[in-house]
Amino acid sequence: MPAKAAFYDVDGTLVKTNVVHVYAYYAMNRGSLLGTLGRTLSTAASVPLFAAMDAVNRKAFNEFFYRYYAGLSEDRLVSIAEDMFEDVLKPALYEQTRDLIDQARRVGCRIVLVTGALDFSMRPLARYLGADDMIANKMQFVGGKATGKVIPPIIEGANKANAIRSYCVREGLALEQCHGYSDSASDYAMLSVVGRPTAVNPDMRLRSIARAYNWPILDLK
Amino acid sequence: MRPLKTLQKLYDEESQVVITEKGSPPRALFSGENFLLENLPVGTRVIFPRPPLAGVPNVKAAIRWAINHPEGMEPLHALLRPGMKLTCVIDDISVPLPPMATPDVRQSILEVVLELCADSGVDDIHLVIANALHRRMTEGEMRRMVGQKIYDAYYPDRYYNHDAEDPDGMVELERTPCGSHVVAVNRRVAESDLIVYVNVNFVPMNGGHKSMGTGVANYASLRAHHNPKTIRESKSYMEPGHSELYRRNERIGKAIDKHLKVFHIETALNNRMFGPGVDFLHKKEEDYTEGDRLKFHAMRYALSKMPRAAARKVLNSIPAPYDVTGVFAGATEPTHAKTLEKSWQQYVVPVQGQSDIVIFPIPFISPYSVNSILNPLLVQVMGLGYFFNLNRGVPLVKKGGVLILTHPAFDEFDPVQHPSYIEFFNRVLPETRDAVQIEQKYEREFAENPSYVHLYRKGNAYHGVHPLYMWYWGENGRQHVGKVIVAGAENNHVPALLGWDRTDTLTEAIEEARGFMGRSASISLLRIAPTVMVDVK
Repeated sequence: MPAKAAFYDVDGTLVKTNVVHVYAYYAMNRGSLLGTLGRTLSTAASVPLFAAMDAVNRKAFNEFFYRYYAGLSEDRLVSIAEDMFEDVLKPALYEQTRDLIDQARRVGCRIVLVTGALDFSMRPLARYLGADDMIANKMQFVGGKATGKVIPPIIEGANKANAIRSYCVREGLALEQCHGYSDSASDYAMLSVVGRPTAVNPDMRLRSIARAYNWPILDLK
Repeated sequence: MRPLKTLQKLYDEESQVVITEKGSPPRALFSGENFLLENLPVGTRVIFPRPPLAGVPNVKAAIRWAINHPEGMEPLHALLRPGMKLTCVIDDISVPLPPMATPDVRQSILEVVLELCADSGVDDIHLVIANALHRRMTEGEMRRMVGQKIYDAYYPDRYYNHDAEDPDGMVELERTPCGSHVVAVNRRVAESDLIVYVNVNFVPMNGGHKSMGTGVANYASLRAHHNPKTIRESKSYMEPGHSELYRRNERIGKAIDKHLKVFHIETALNNRMFGPGVDFLHKKEEDYTEGDRLKFHAMRYALSKMPRAAARKVLNSIPAPYDVTGVFAGATEPTHAKTLEKSWQQYVVPVQGQSDIVIFPIPFISPYSVNSILNPLLVQVMGLGYFFNLNRGVPLVKKGGVLILTHPAFDEFDPVQHPSYIEFFNRVLPETRDAVQIEQKYEREFAENPSYVHLYRKGNAYHGVHPLYMWYWGENGRQHVGKVIVAGAENNHVPALLGWDRTDTLTEAIEEARGFMGRSASISLLRIAPTVMVDVK
């Protein structure tokens, strides 16, 4: 049993894409041809709105955004997730992601993905990277259909830090020995809670935080 | 400024040791990116570098002669077979200091060797930089080192940095039964039919068995000698007979020589560090002309008015016009013996007895800060690691004596080249300065940190474990001296974290040191750079 873990944010940290792309993919692959066209157009129109909301408040954005999943069946979501991984996530992986994860595994770290995306959409990626675990948002399903609501607490911001802390307590890991990787200042809490934080391709705010606290900064290609 | 005639007092012009008298000129001392001009107490012994030896008249001819008349091996051309796998392993940018004016001697060697290989039908050739756990050299630095033509022909597929963390890139040659000592080298090197080691010998510590045993090894292999115990047992890093570090490297080197065929080409340089314009720095202050004094004051004034980063840039951009004083080739030990002989000839100044107080001026550059910042740990390694060890087994300072370093000791780090140094300095040193404790508690963690490994492999960062090595490197100096004072330190916390005292000026530092050692304490100044070593009788 490894005594430490490496926690990785996914969007922007391991892959170049973010949840907006993931949703767009779902929207485009849903229902009939006419319906697909309509949703694609409306999604395209909504993307700037999503992006703006994401920048202002990640929590509000997530809650708003997940409503779009309402009514989709679970098996459909899972099968689209497989395609979405092949078409969207896999090509968007940074070339150096695998090396970084392999190195952590070599030194005995448990690999855990921590993401604000929905668990079923990230499962193929976790499998591909050989992650041991995943902390992600869970969609509520009633009668096999998504309700558009996420089972609280929503994994974002400070909740990521709480989830990591609980995970370490549950699994008997030494939090101060654990590594954390993220690209966004919204994950400041997650990075602060682990003993070995690292900023990966950080945004401007996180870059300045990382410099202030002397955290290593990686620029993955 | 005093009139020149009062400064040019009678003294032995041939001697490299000058005893300060009343009326002796003030000394020009490095202090980071700036210079101090200091009057020293009467009776202070100032040890100057020897003048640069004359270089060989034709470097390429000397290289050709050496590889055709090697020590303990057949000439290089006789070792070459068509279709063979050959790897040239090259010393990295840590030597010489500052980097030498182009063409670098490594380029000259490679031009001769590669031409010979082509004539012999050897075309499977790789050029590997022996950077060990040092940072990867940048493309620009790599181009400068070997010249445009070789760079274009070999980079990036066949001219690259050694990667000690490549999981498939290392081969273990030997392992002790208990598994604690490993001899591992770069895979390409291990699988080559012949290895040509291209060396630049800047100080006697380099070259010989250290070249291969350290340059293309990995962390597991380096642990055998890069540890506090070895360092404590070394009287001097520069004198093989007094160096446990050398002995351990020798054991590893012998194991490598057993498995691999290595043809060493070693070069000795003179100590002509300063080119036209600043060549007065080679002189004793007594010999300065009016022009020299004017140039020195102008340079000192300009550097003091520049932002530190700009001064650093200016100083780093001045290459050194070294001359090659000897080229030797062949088997590891006899070749290195010849190089050492040449090295002593250039660097060693005999002096009578140790001193209670020794002053080391710390310049802007170290082997680990080329094109970067001399951060506090590197100031420490320059003082207690390198300069302390510039002797042949007897340190210049007495046991329990005082070392005075002149440096601003600024709290500046380069996050690109030295990311793990920052954590070491801010997290480990406040807890303990005990090298053994640091090794036991922190070494593995720093060595294996995936972020630092990534920055070493993909960026231009020193390996995560490197700051710990820097701390160990100062260990024999730390064990020997009674006190370290950093004169001119601009803050309190850096000297405090390093366990040193600080003063504003060198005069105050000397006063404090005399307070510690007694009023009659003897004082020596090692007027470095250029490079100088002492042979204390």
